[in-house]
Amino acid sequence: MSEHVDLGRRKLLTAATAATGAIGAGLAVSPFLASWKPSARAKALGAPVEIDISRMDAGSMIKVEWRGKPVWVVRRTPEMLSGLGTHDPLLLDPASDGSKQPEFAKNPARAQKPEYFVVLGVCTHLGCSPLSKFAVGEVEAGWPGGFYCPCHGSKFDLSGRVFKGVPAPKNLEVPPYAFVGDGKIVVGAEGAQAA
Amino acid sequence: MLTKKTFLAAFAAGLMVFGAQGALANTEGVELMDAGNDIYNQPSLQRGARNFVNYCLGCHSAKYVRWNRVAADLGIPEGDLKLLQFTGTAPFDTMQSGMPADAAKRWFGNAPPDMSLLARARGTDYIYTFLMTFYADDSRPHGVNNLALPGTAMPHVLSGLQGVQKAVMKSHTGEDGKAVSVVEKLEAGDAGTLKPEEYASFVRDTVNFIEYIGEPIQTKRRDLGVWVILFLLVFTGFAYLLKKEYWKDVK
Amino acid sequence: MASTEPNNAAQQGGLSGWINARFPLDKMLREHVTEYYAPKNFNVWYYFGALSLFVLVLQLVTGIFLTMNYKPSATEAFGAVEYIMRDVEWGWLIRYLHSTGASAFFIVVYLHMFRALMYGSYKAPRELLWLLGMGIYLALMAEAFMGYLLPWGNMSFWGAQVIVSLFGTIPVVGDGLVEWIRGDYYISDITLNRFFALHVVALPFVLVGLVVAHILALHEVGSNNPDGVEIKKTKGADGKPLDGIPFHPYYTVKDTFGLGVFLLVFCGIVFFKPDGWGLFLEAPNFEPANPMQTPPHIAPVWYFTPFYAILRAVPSFLGTQIWGVLAMFGAIVLLALLPWLDKSPVKSMRYRGPISKIALGIFVITFVMLGYLGLKPSTGIYPMLARVFTAIYFAYFLLMPWWSRMDSTKPVPERVTYDAH
Repeated sequence: MSEHVDLGRRKLLTAATAATGAIGAGLAVSPFLASWKPSARAKALGAPVEIDISRMDAGSMIKVEWRGKPVWVVRRTPEMLSGLGTHDPLLLDPASDGSKQPEFAKNPARAQKPEYFVVLGVCTHLGCSPLSKFAVGEVEAGWPGGFYCPCHGSKFDLSGRVFKGVPAPKNLEVPPYAFVGDGKIVVGAEGAQAA
Repeated sequence: MLTKKTFLAAFAAGLMVFGAQGALANTEGVELMDAGNDIYNQPSLQRGARNFVNYCLGCHSAKYVRWNRVAADLGIPEGDLKLLQFTGTAPFDTMQSGMPADAAKRWFGNAPPDMSLLARARGTDYIYTFLMTFYADDSRPHGVNNLALPGTAMPHVLSGLQGVQKAVMKSHTGEDGKAVSVVEKLEAGDAGTLKPEEYASFVRDTVNFIEYIGEPIQTKRRDLGVWVILFLLVFTGFAYLLKKEYWKDVK
Repeated sequence: MASTEPNNAAQQGGLSGWINARFPLDKMLREHVTEYYAPKNFNVWYYFGALSLFVLVLQLVTGIFLTMNYKPSATEAFGAVEYIMRDVEWGWLIRYLHSTGASAFFIVVYLHMFRALMYGSYKAPRELLWLLGMGIYLALMAEAFMGYLLPWGNMSFWGAQVIVSLFGTIPVVGDGLVEWIRGDYYISDITLNRFFALHVVALPFVLVGLVVAHILALHEVGSNNPDGVEIKKTKGADGKPLDGIPFHPYYTVKDTFGLGVFLLVFCGIVFFKPDGWGLFLEAPNFEPANPMQTPPHIAPVWYFTPFYAILRAVPSFLGTQIWGVLAMFGAIVLLALLPWLDKSPVKSMRYRGPISKIALGIFVITFVMLGYLGLKPSTGIYPMLARVFTAIYFAYFLLMPWWSRMDSTKPVPERVTYDAH
């Protein structure tokens, strides 16, 4: 080996080449990672959906698919709504502080207009779709009416709020939605975007 | 160094031989006009989009192209997009034609081809020449023929703008020794609403848009390429110095 | 330095000690990187082996990501490619890297092979190394051919149609064989599906396996060099070749520089000319496969055209056209037989006489011309030229035992020639 090797220069150039190479590798990797994001087609298929609620009877429920998940719309009766305030001590998150919903739905009815309850029908435990058990006492004695997940027994009230002592950790998620025009709801967009 | 010269010479020779293949062959033999469009000219692309929607999309789809992508790339506000789109079409939908394919096949003999990749398959000069060289020919079902695609099934949908050109014929002796009548040149016939240079510019804008939809990323691809090359120059420069430094050891 | 105590694995502590007691990590690194002694006189032609390896990795990675969005079905394949090009974020880049990578692979491999021809790298003791390399070349051709069908463009369809039909020329079993390969009566969804499986699973395994074997064989016999001198014959007191330098750091830094230059050219094409002047992505392939209409000028992708020209140059006689097919495969077989056809006592062109040099020059011109003619239609003067060059191609190999022996030689030095600079 050479007698007068400039080790400083060697180190500097090694560091410069390695650093540039590492930056280049990082930049080269990022398009590959980004290619996993939802594609333009996925976004098109996941675009907001319109639901006609003009012909819903009080106490009925309709299901539509949005982004591959069931979205429920329940037209609640005055009795259903008045029952919501009666079991707060039994609920895990009665004020929905730790749950996911648009700002306008952070209330006991978890809705923009209390009569219409729009919610994702996906259990917050492991993603099963709960069953609607609206009748009082339908699941067990003292059941106030709500949703019951058949997979692991999670229970939710008629606002999708989870009861204590079941596996699900959060209230059912309320998707972004907005009322548009004559008796229609757009799910997947809020406010002006939905127009 | 001799080897480096040999290497470069061999590489250059290879490039020349195969580079000669480059130009898209025009199968029909007519000399293609130069489209002269500029893919970086956004106003031209916007006009082209309008022309395309008004005159082409009635029959031709561009089924791989999304409306909102066009709006975003061409700087058309989403609100204005609704002015372009057919009713009942969402912003993220692809550009479907207004005509059912099976009906089109009945009317024209074959379904009008999808336009998404036409510029990549045939080249912009071809499309430009095609749209410029319709001429009156009573022997054809739609009363017109075309120099770029003789016997085309497509009617001259732009005749209102261009008018209908007339062909000046001449006699030509083919390889088999038989004289045939061929088109020598086209001259103005019935006038359209546009002056010839206005029509050429109209077609140029339209072709520009068709080139854009062939590869919507193309301008961004080149812009990014400049940065990639600059970055690689820095990297290669460091690597060269590093190699020089280490190879001082080798006696 | 660890290299001075080869048996220190047991004394090492920590994680590397733990690993080395169970897996020969240090030993492998020494054998193949830090203490693999390569001749110090490599020139520019010696970049292409490392570059081939890089392109292989590039093709594997981009290929895996393309597979995530591609659909191997006749109704969906063409649209899936456009989906990748337009809807998948950065899909266009991944696709262009893969399509340009295919051509780049052949460019670096052809240059790598030419290097071997120039410096006699196939001669003893490197015959098996050469055969493994030819295996890689064949696997690569199969890989490229099957991959070219996947975009399901009109060139994909008709290219596959023509190449698969070659097997139909085999007497007696030909027709049945073609049906068996296609799994249908034409190139169909079924064919596409099986080509997809071979392209993305089977052949990559074969390629990677052969490449590993190629490198192991290389490191067993040692690298040849522009002088064709065996550096192992002249060892220093420490048992290391006097003309050898450790692969790392000297050739790792050199190959890093080579990679930079390669990437400049490669990215220049990917970002500014991804269709490769109509040679890497052919215009007719932007129209979907149409069994009713052949593209007006049908030619295989450029890297197959020399052999395609040979195929077309040989006329059919005795009621069969198998002769062209045999000539085409024979042209590749002859290349593999080089180690036994070349009777010259020296390896490198540097120490051979004028006959070898002129012959090699003519061969290169012939190969490039055949490649050019393969792109041209079979009209006018082209078929005649193709026949002339096909004859020269075969003459180069078949007469090699004589002209290589006849040729004069210059004395080969004991040591490699190298000017430090």
